[in-house]
Amino acid sequence: MKLTGAQIMMKVLKEEGVDTIFGYPGGAVIDIYDELERTDIRHILVRQEACAVHAADGYARAGGRTGVCLVTSGPGATNTVTGIASAYMDSIPVVIFTGQVPTHLIGNDAFQEVDTVGITRPCTKHNYLVKRTEDLARIIKEAFLIASSGRPGPVLIDIPKNVSANTIDYKAPKKNKLKSYKPTYSPNVKQLQRVAEMIKDSQKPLIFAGGGVILSKASKELTELARKAQIPLTASLMGLGGFPGTDPLWLGMIGMHGTYRSNMSTGECDLMIGIGVRFDDRVTGKTDAFAPKAKIVHIDIDPTSIRKNIPVTVPVVGDCKITLALLNKLLDKEDLGDLKKKRKKWFDQIDHWKSTSPQTYNQKDVIKPQYVVDKLYELTKGEAIITTEVGQNQMWAAQYYHFDKPNHFITSGGLGCMGFGLPAAIGAQLACPDKLVVDVAGDGSIQMNIQEMTTAIQCGLPVKVVILNNGHLGMVRQWQQLFFDKRYAATCLDCAPDFVKLAEAYGAVGLRATKPEEVVPVLKKGLFSKKTVIMDFVVEKEECVYPMVPAGAPVTEMLLV
Amino acid sequence: MTEEKHVLSIIVDNEPGVLSRIAGLFSGRGFNIESLCVAETTEPLVSRITLVTTGEPPIIEQIEKQLNKLINVVKVHDLTGTEFVHREMALIKVMAKAEHRAEILRIVDIFRCKVVDVSLDHYTIEVTGDEGKMKAILNLLKPIGIKEIAKTGIIALIREAR
Ligand SMILES: Cc1ncc(C[n+]2csc(CCOP(=O)(O)OP(=O)(O)O)c2C)c(N)n1
Ligand SMILES: [Mg+2]
Repeated sequence: MKLTGAQIMMKVLKEEGVDTIFGYPGGAVIDIYDELERTDIRHILVRQEACAVHAADGYARAGGRTGVCLVTSGPGATNTVTGIASAYMDSIPVVIFTGQVPTHLIGNDAFQEVDTVGITRPCTKHNYLVKRTEDLARIIKEAFLIASSGRPGPVLIDIPKNVSANTIDYKAPKKNKLKSYKPTYSPNVKQLQRVAEMIKDSQKPLIFAGGGVILSKASKELTELARKAQIPLTASLMGLGGFPGTDPLWLGMIGMHGTYRSNMSTGECDLMIGIGVRFDDRVTGKTDAFAPKAKIVHIDIDPTSIRKNIPVTVPVVGDCKITLALLNKLLDKEDLGDLKKKRKKWFDQIDHWKSTSPQTYNQKDVIKPQYVVDKLYELTKGEAIITTEVGQNQMWAAQYYHFDKPNHFITSGGLGCMGFGLPAAIGAQLACPDKLVVDVAGDGSIQMNIQEMTTAIQCGLPVKVVILNNGHLGMVRQWQQLFFDKRYAATCLDCAPDFVKLAEAYGAVGLRATKPEEVVPVLKKGLFSKKTVIMDFVVEKEECVYPMVPAGAPVTEMLLV
Repeated sequence: MTEEKHVLSIIVDNEPGVLSRIAGLFSGRGFNIESLCVAETTEPLVSRITLVTTGEPPIIEQIEKQLNKLINVVKVHDLTGTEFVHREMALIKVMAKAEHRAEILRIVDIFRCKVVDVSLDHYTIEVTGDEGKMKAILNLLKPIGIKEIAKTGIIALIREAR
């Protein structure tokens, strides 16, 4: 069968079940676009290439599958880097196709040539430069396998223009060339048996869950474990929704802006079971002082996560879902006794922490950002998919929206990348057309990728943007308030566009609330509209996110309200 | 914890860009490379990298795990702590004035090296050996005057059971 590189690419994409591609065209991918146009794969034209990756990331997370992007060489490729780095830090399966100058020009500083593979090497799980059309099909198949298996992540394929334009006699690739890529899914049972015994013996256990639970779709197994063994549970930002946020065993988020009781529990627990986490510095604070009294069990599919940041008593390398299912079975064989009774003191202690410092705010004359998220939660009954920008908005969304289900909280956790929320919302809405998708945004972040409003309008996507407009780069301002004597260097955003008019200019609906009593009506009108909507909430300018653990301090030493 | 020196033998895909993945991993994560040696093996699809690194034990563990995580890395052996043979080769260009020539040749003889290039005022000596031997010969030649030196870095293989 005679096929061009571009035709081969379409064929393999169909075989991989791809139905949506986020992209932006250019000279080096013109042959691919010409072919794409003739397939039934839906192409979403973003307005800046980083957003192609953010949208594919949102699509992957909301839909639980691999996202796909296509951009041109040079500036198209460099623009994707932020999106790729974000997906890499959060272990999201995305395959990125970049165009490249023809092979005979590579290395000549040709027009729109950059060393894409070189630039993206440190922020991809793997990447490829395809030098021969004959290799294209195999490489695409390998890329999808690598992106979605083990600890997932972005994989980039750089395709020179002649490789996509050339015609060859196509033969389906027989097998891949991956010699040693075999992620460990099944855990070591002996290690797990030790874990089961430690759970049985523990007086003060604590589960700390992370994004790995969501990636491996292990929520059910995790919930079973926590309930069966009566273990209270906290999670990282990435783990929110992996366990029901309304369950009595749920303590709230851990870390820099974690709840008082979660962080205090880390200081007192005698057993910490980290599941699908990497003990990031925003979680542990000062590592020497983290969980000082605990034996630590660490379950993760990536061996490099284990003992990277903290010493571990029992390492377990394995997929969260498979591992937890097995652990639950082992626990069924143990006589656990009356756990509620055995752990009563522990639960009393946790309740005490909750009552000493609950997560709260005081709504008076000016709209409090927390109040907006609170009402957003109430009105959507916790059912919406929430994407976020970065900063205070992100933390308030994490604190006041209680996620009961996985894949409903989509945020740039590891990279903390402003401008993520709107394109991610677009991706999520495409993956879940029947869901309400809301980007909780800051007035700063939303301006980083506001151009994606056009993408939403063009595709008829009813995403909602809730701007917590505090007139500042609030999170940085908060640090300046607390640690730099209120010297607000470069964080005041008093020159800002009128977001209502801006929404209208894009063809969306623009709404604004300036008083507390307007919050609910604006939310009701905005959320239940069938259109794309921006809601601008003019909130308290100098509100801070609490509790807060200053960077580098032990997590048990929190600044409270 | 104290730093340890480890010799890693790494089998990798024989493909362009693999070396920069490894070098990038070390520089990006702040790991040490003391020496690094790459060449093809008899199997054309793979190459062997012999890499010497130093670090505290948890860092060495991370290095090994991070290497294993690279898709193009087929196998990582930490040779340190096992029985292995290792050699390094150096080419040493020494000043060889008439009054020193005999002395240099004696050293060459004692260390079983070879003179591979001669001119009016220098010898180039080829030495093969382990670290101790390298140090010893350099110590003896230094006072005479070393003009230039090129070293390969260590290459190593596991010892087979006798
Ligand atoms: C791309 C990028 N640039 C800079 C930062 C640093 N940063 C973190 S939070 C923040 C402020 C965000 O302001 P805004 O979107 O208004 O959110 P707020 O904190 O006010 O809710 C900044 C500048 C970042 N995270 N990402
Ligand atoms: Mg702001």
